[in-house]
This record gives sequence, C-alpha cells and structure tokens, in this order.
Amino acid sequence: MARTKRQYGAHPLQLLTLLACFAFVGYVISVMGPKQLWNSRVWWQSILVWFLGAILLNDLVLFPLYALADRSLGAGWRAVSGRLPEGSPRVPVVNYLRIPALASGLLFAMFFPGIIQQGSPAYLRATGLTQAPYLDRWLLITAVLFATSAAAYAIRSARVGRRLRHQDETSAPPLGTEHL
Amino acid sequence: MTEPVEEVETAAPTEEGSTGEGEPNAEAEHGFPSGLWQKIEERPPPGLPSKRAWKSPLRGPWLTSVFGFLLLISLPLVILTGLLDYIAYGPGLHQAIPAHVGFLHLPYFNWPTRPAWLFQLTEGLHVGLGLVLVPVVLAKLWSVMPKLFTWPPARSVAHVLERLSLILIVGGIVFEMVTGLLNIQYDYIFGFSFYTAHYFGAWVFIVGFVVHVSLKFPTMVRSLRSRSLRTELRTPLADTRPEPMDEDGLVAESPAAPTISRRGALALVGGGSLLVAVLTVGQSIGGVARNAALLIPRGRSYGSGPNDFQINRTAVAAKIDPATTGASWTLSLGGGATPVTLTRPMLLAMEQHTADLPIACVEGWSTTQQWTGVRLADLARLAGVAIPTSAHVRSLDTSGGFGQARLQSNQVLDADALLALKVNGVDLSLDHGFPARVIVPALPGVHCTKWVRSIDFEA
Repeated sequence: MARTKRQYGAHPLQLLTLLACFAFVGYVISVMGPKQLWNSRVWWQSILVWFLGAILLNDLVLFPLYALADRSLGAGWRAVSGRLPEGSPRVPVVNYLRIPALASGLLFAMFFPGIIQQGSPAYLRATGLTQAPYLDRWLLITAVLFATSAAAYAIRSARVGRRLRHQDETSAPPLGTEHL
Repeated sequence: MTEPVEEVETAAPTEEGSTGEGEPNAEAEHGFPSGLWQKIEERPPPGLPSKRAWKSPLRGPWLTSVFGFLLLISLPLVILTGLLDYIAYGPGLHQAIPAHVGFLHLPYFNWPTRPAWLFQLTEGLHVGLGLVLVPVVLAKLWSVMPKLFTWPPARSVAHVLERLSLILIVGGIVFEMVTGLLNIQYDYIFGFSFYTAHYFGAWVFIVGFVVHVSLKFPTMVRSLRSRSLRTELRTPLADTRPEPMDEDGLVAESPAAPTISRRGALALVGGGSLLVAVLTVGQSIGGVARNAALLIPRGRSYGSGPNDFQINRTAVAAKIDPATTGASWTLSLGGGATPVTLTRPMLLAMEQHTADLPIACVEGWSTTQQWTGVRLADLARLAGVAIPTSAHVRSLDTSGGFGQARLQSNQVLDADALLALKVNGVDLSLDHGFPARVIVPALPGVHCTKWVRSIDFEA
C-alpha cells in the first residue's frame, strides 16, 4: 500500500474517486452531444471556449488586475506618505480607498452589460426599455460609496486626532508611519 | 486548488506522513515516473511568480476553509433550486430545455400549482443566492490563488488527475456565474444556447464539487478547528498574525504586514454579498425593494398604471399585428367532439374569476398582480373535455421559442388557473397579452402564454 501511494502519489481511493468523476463528465458531454461544445462558425461562441475561458478569466485576467491594483495602491501610499508634511493624516487611508473601489469594481464586473449597453437589442425586445440609465446609476453608486468612505475616514481621523492630542506625544506611536 | 506545495527555492523537503485520506502526500518525493516529474520541476516557465511573491498575511487554510464552508452549505441550495426549475418547465410534457438529459435530472414529478409562489421561490432563490455568492466565490478563488502558480504543476500522476478535476470545479462555477449573470441581463453575447450550457455546465460543476468536497472535507474540518472563529472576530488589525506555515502552501513565506484584520476581510466579503443582495433582491420580492434593484433589468419602473408592471417580450418583439387582436380576434377551443370558437365579448360574458398571482421568470424576477378572466377548467368543460390530461396553448406569437406551451392536468384544473382578460381591473395591455393570456399558479412565466389564439384540451 505504501509503495502504491508513493508511486502514484496518493491513496488509491483518490484514484478511484477521480476516475469515476472523469467518467461521469464524459457521460455529461455525451448526453449533451459533443458537437454542442464547439461552434464551427464562430469559434469564440463555443461552450468549450467559454468553460476554459472562465478559468483563464479569473486566474489570468481578473486576479492579476485586482492584485496589481491593490499592490499599486499600497506602494503608492507608502511612497506618498513618506513625504507628507507634519500634521498630515495619521490614519492609514488604504482601506478607505480599497473598499469602495472593490465594491464599485464588483458591481461593474457583475452588471457591466447594462452599464456599457451590451446586448441592447435583446434587452429592448425583452423589456421594451433601453439600458440608458445604468451607466449613470453605477457612477452614482460609486460616488456614494466613495463619499461614505470619505465620511468614515473623516470621522476616524478626527477621533484619532483627538485621542492623540489628549495623550502624551511620546507614549502614542504615530499611526501614520505604520507599515501599510 | 489542492496540490501540496513543493519547495522551489527553500529548504529541503521535510519528512511528513500522509496528509489525509484520498489526498496526495505532501512529501516532496516524486511519484512514478520520477525522472519526468523532476525534469518538469527543474524547468519553471519564465514569468512565473516566485513563492516569495505571495505577500498576503491573511491567506491560509483557516480562511480558505471558512469560505469553503460557506459555499458548502449554500451552493447545494442553488443546485437544488436550479434542478427543480428544470422540472417546473415540464419535462413530462417534453417542454423542459434541454430536451434530452439522460439520467441528469431529479426524479420527475408533476409540478404543483400550490403554493402559488413556488416557482417564484425556487427561481428567486436560485438566481438571488447565486448572485449573493459571487463575492464569496471570488474570495475563495483568491484565497487559493498561490496554488495555481506553484511549480512543478504536478509531481505525480495523482497530482495531474487532481489538478484536472479542479478544472471542473473552477471552470464550472465561473462558467455558471458568467452565463447566469449575462442571461439575467439579456446579454446573449455567448452565442450558444443558455439552457444547454447552463444545465450541462451545472452537472460538470456538480461532479467537480462533490469530488472536491469528498477529497477536501477532512482538511476543511481540521483547518476550521485550527482557529476559533469567535477569537478571530475579536482580533483587531494590530493583533492579526499570519496562520502557521501549512503543508498546502497557502500561507505566505514572507508575508507583508497586514493592512486588514481577518475579521475585516470576512466583513469585506460579507459586505460585498450584502451590497449585491440589496441591489438585486427587489427583482424577486417587488414592492419598494424593486426601486433598489438599480443595476438589473427587473428593477425598472414602467409607471404607476394598472398595466405598468414588468414586461417580458414586447408585442413589437413578438411581431403581434394589432389588427389581429381587435374585434376579429377569436379563441378556438379544440379537443372535444366539435371545435368551439369564442369572441372576447363571449368570454367576458362567462363567469369571471379574480386571483392575485405572481408571474415569475427564469431570470429570477417576479411580480404579483391581480388577474381577472375565465377559469381554464370552465373552458375545458365548454370544449367538451371536462378532465383533460393536458392542454396545448398557442399564441399569435409564432416567431419565438415560447409561442406555445403545454399545461398539465393540475395546471388546467386549478381554481385560480385563468385565461386572463383583465389585470388590476382593466383590459390587458397589448404588451401583457391582450386580448387574452394564460396565468396559472406556480407556472414559469414563459409558459403563461400571451396573445392566446387557441387551446386544445387533450383527454
């Protein structure tokens, strides 16, 4: 048993489970009809392309994009905060930027067809309306998100500022220099 | 993603035992044929992020397991309601889509007409919960991202197979989310049949999900037990530390200082779900909440008149010639010894029945209105088929996929099953199916045929 595990790389039960799994997927494709997987006229409108594309979309597009944005945000803030004059913000701003940006990005990622008016003929046929309001609505929601964040940041900064004034300057670590 | 991590540029492999049943060993040894795996390991592709590039101090088995646990308890509900909705379409009457699914369905039964909000509930839950889970799924995928970029991608046959199985679950869930999201927004850019793709895609996901859970359940339980949720919820940013190094390679080797606490990250994901819920639930529950559904089609207002509720497929789209719906319009009732033809005044002279019933659509939205018209059971009796086994309803709309529908016996005979002539006290508008439309409790909206021209009752 130990030898099998070492040679194969896992418990034999794993092998049996996965073989059953792949056979079942074969059955699903067979019932659907393998021809359905591929559109010979417009290759990118194929189920197979979209299924595999879904993985690439998340792993190689969406993730690098938001990870890069987040790193730039952190690095940018560190670069700027080092040069801030005396009396500058003592509360790290990173989450107050990150959270509304993430929320706005999430809404765009989920509801972009209306926002960029993609598929408007079908939308009109189904509802009798146009997609005109969505861009404005998304922009307004984004504005509200950042405004709420700004208000929260202002309150937080005021509280921290007040606390620091009440304390002895030497006993309180300056929050603004904390590593973000 | 599930394979154990290997040490690319760090210390020699540590000696450890099995990491659990049905899971590859975390040993850095290679399986058979070891020469091949070693060669692959020695040739990482350029541009692959090094292990030290992963900086998040929050990634770790506990956090991944929290997201995994949330999905484990919620996704079965999305799956179940989706499969129920397939049955609501009436596979017994050969009108479920896709038509041929082999064994890939729940046991068939006649879709009931009670409670009247049954389809509203199942479809609303399927779409609504699916939408709310998008942030959780994205968080779960983020939390395991380092595994995607580990090198070598496999060190044994077991690894290769397990990674292949992950294509099913990751591809499956993202594919279902993407096609579902586009479909509820009437964006058919994908080009293929939504029903076929979403239904079979779901089965690919289901098998990937079942296998993933069966292989990873022990790991999830162990990881969840490694930290106390209550303690995490009390831990502020200042006290947030990375999880201990794990054999699965989720914990960063050289983490950056945290910028958000673990409870903050959980709140962020939960807040994302809450935001999506606030912006979408109105399409299903209606009322004032509909005004909050700002970014989706079924949050729109048509006005405040009796016919100003959600339209699905306009008369223009259905190419309904208004001339055919005027005084010359007749309804043909077939199935009995002699066909019966009724004009609209004749229908209005029959006993009228009023019922508050929802229209619920496959996109998850619904709206409840007060409908008035003739009972389908009365029409069946008039046609000479008092107890039909089914009824075939045809529309003046012959250009789309839903210009006709079959109703089950219980859907004809329900006391609230109507050929509606009026809504909210006034004549139906042309967009809502004037001169007459079908409305049946718990029947999917697309089968509540508009612009009805004939009903054949089948004995």
